[in-house]
Amino acid sequence: MTNSAMEGGQAIIRCLENEGVEYIFGYSGGSVIPIFDALVTTETKIKFILVRHEQGATHMADGYARATGKPAVVLVTSGPGATNTLTGIMTAHIDSVPMIVLSGQSVSWMLGKDAFQEADIFGMAMPVVKHSYLLRSSNEIPRTIREAFHIATTGRPGPVLIDIPKDISAGSCTADLHAEMDLPGYKLDASVDNGTILEIAEALAKSKRPLILAGHGAMISGAEESLKAFAEKAQIPVTNTLLAKGVFPETHELALGMLGMHGTAYANKAICECDLLLNIGSRFDDRILGKPELFCADATIIHIDIDNAEIGKMIQPQITCVADAKLALDELIPHVPVIDTAAWRKHLDSYKVKYPLKFKRKGSLKMQHIIDEFYKLSEGKACVATDVGQHQMWAAQFYKCDRRHNWLSSGGAGTMGFGLPACIGAAFGRPDDLHVCFVGDGGFQMTFFELATAALHKLPIKIVVLNNHYLGMVRQWQELFYEDRTSGVDLEGNPDFVKLAESFGIKGFNLRRPGDVKRVLQNALDYNDGPCLVNCEVEKTDNVFPMIPAGAAIEDMLIEPPKRKLEKPTGST
Amino acid sequence: MPNTDKPTHTLSVYVSNKPGALARIAQVFARRGFNIESLVVSAAVDGHFSRMTITCSGDPEGLDQIIKQMMKLVDVLHCIDHTFDKSVMKEMGLIKIAVDTGSRSEALQIAEHFGCKTVDLTPESMILQVVGDPAKIDALEEMIQKFKIIEFVRTGKVVMSRGQDIT
Ligand SMILES: Cc1ncc(C[n+]2csc(CCOP(=O)(O)OP(=O)(O)O)c2C)c(N)n1
Ligand SMILES: [Mg+2]
Repeated sequence: MTNSAMEGGQAIIRCLENEGVEYIFGYSGGSVIPIFDALVTTETKIKFILVRHEQGATHMADGYARATGKPAVVLVTSGPGATNTLTGIMTAHIDSVPMIVLSGQSVSWMLGKDAFQEADIFGMAMPVVKHSYLLRSSNEIPRTIREAFHIATTGRPGPVLIDIPKDISAGSCTADLHAEMDLPGYKLDASVDNGTILEIAEALAKSKRPLILAGHGAMISGAEESLKAFAEKAQIPVTNTLLAKGVFPETHELALGMLGMHGTAYANKAICECDLLLNIGSRFDDRILGKPELFCADATIIHIDIDNAEIGKMIQPQITCVADAKLALDELIPHVPVIDTAAWRKHLDSYKVKYPLKFKRKGSLKMQHIIDEFYKLSEGKACVATDVGQHQMWAAQFYKCDRRHNWLSSGGAGTMGFGLPACIGAAFGRPDDLHVCFVGDGGFQMTFFELATAALHKLPIKIVVLNNHYLGMVRQWQELFYEDRTSGVDLEGNPDFVKLAESFGIKGFNLRRPGDVKRVLQNALDYNDGPCLVNCEVEKTDNVFPMIPAGAAIEDMLIEPPKRKLEKPTGST
Repeated sequence: MPNTDKPTHTLSVYVSNKPGALARIAQVFARRGFNIESLVVSAAVDGHFSRMTITCSGDPEGLDQIIKQMMKLVDVLHCIDHTFDKSVMKEMGLIKIAVDTGSRSEALQIAEHFGCKTVDLTPESMILQVVGDPAKIDALEEMIQKFKIIEFVRTGKVVMSRGQDIT
């Protein structure tokens, strides 16, 4: 079936409709006018959300995807519009989030001639996309969009960029809108090797102190039910990465919560003492390894990952299984025996008692207190977006997640400015759920302009600004490792965040005293006329513990503030 | 030519003939600190695909990652390490040397020994064409040093697996 000629821009919109796209987050400009025009002429049902900065659009699409599991689309103009998406694309790429970025481009015959707003975004984005296209003809549109969605959402997901010269979106497209894909090099083999499954089951049967490490891959594959059934049957404790919060209920009796640099002491101790580690869909990030050569040095390591390039990249496992996490777990369940882990679990439970996550409710106002209270008042049911810094780590520690898609945080990239737009994107995707964004005063100021987007659409989001007037996480490192020589971290000059919110027509609350935490948060939760913001004036110089200094062995975890002077960390960040 | 201390590896890569494919592959090597010593790209029998032979140097542990990263690229159909197999490996070189009537016959003797063709001849110079495995070209280069080498161009290695094996 060939389509009677339509404009390239119209073909783009029709193809996006065919992919089930609900939202496009974007910003207009000269080279994308034909596509914006098609939003009108096609009378599409796709809703276009005009953001305030292209970075905001990418994080919104990212938050939408993390919260719904569905890909969203970003549409921006050429040159600076396109380059403004790079941070967001990189953030999505390293956290395996599906996203389609459509960028306008100068007309084809001007490429490489420094035309107005010409930027080689195809070249610039190459290291941070799963795949990318530069369109050469309007008839390539249907096949390319089909391929882009397929690539973005299958296997290990990731962002795909399509660079669209203006003559292509303005030209006529006669190709079949349901074009065939042409991807001979894109191999998707998620099938599970039965021999490997038996080998894993055998290793588990021999183990006395097994531990499951659940990663984002398990979340992406939708393995939560399988993981629960598996862990419960075999009686294996579970720790999760930052991105996998919610894939296994963190309130489950087998749960140890998050591991890693600021993970729970008991999760990290379990890593040190287990005799078998079953990693399901985590890429062994350096923030969980500490010193790679010492990581689980005496344990049998099993790695299940859909991405073969992750196997052996950081850690050489004894048993490897390249497969979809859910499929692998479903195969494993019938073969895994009930393991007698009673003594091991009891031992770990004693760590939970001995080294709980804790903070003081008295004295100065603590971020932990606010997050913990919000957790209780919202009954752990909110979809939580965070920014990056101390508040992020405390949110990870104190806002326990029991279901997937409720934790949106920039893990691999640690992108400040992610939180607010990601929360907005999530609220578009799930308008009936409660959304909260825990954000630092630093990161909030990187993308707060998206308050306009939140206000305009009256999104039901609670923005909790944890305002310590510092780039707190960096200040913490300077205090601990650089003899408290603070440098470039004092955020003097912060605006009045409540007035700022009000200027966008957003309700603002101030929170200053520990005694007011419950009341103010409850007021914020009860507020139901669009977004609201709580400015929390918290303790300025608190530090996050436990902490494993970057590059140090997990055994060297600091559970409490150290009394001795610390060496400078050897790890990268 | 080959980078001193790091071992060299020979890879064949079969890719869709799409814009950007070469740049993506080059990035995989660059990020891992591998040096590409030579790179030969040509259309495959089916014009939708290209063949690449890449000779690179870097530590062998990293190579495994590079191959996996390359396989991950959407445009790459396969990538095979031929370093230790018995594939046919050939290269061509062109050497322009300064020779006059006095030295010409000695140069021709060496050329003959290496099975070279003389593809250009002037009163002051000649161009020798040599085809063979890379070691042979290295050897010729060494022997011909006694003349003044004006220019020396090598194509880089191409490989093909023997018998039923896939390149
Ligand atoms: C875009 C970006 N720039 C710089 C950093 C480095 N960085 C990591 S945490 C941090 C401090 C964040 O401060 P704030 O947002 O106030 O959060 P806090 O740590 O105080 O809770 C900085 C600067 C980063 N992660 N992202
Ligand atoms: Mg701060």
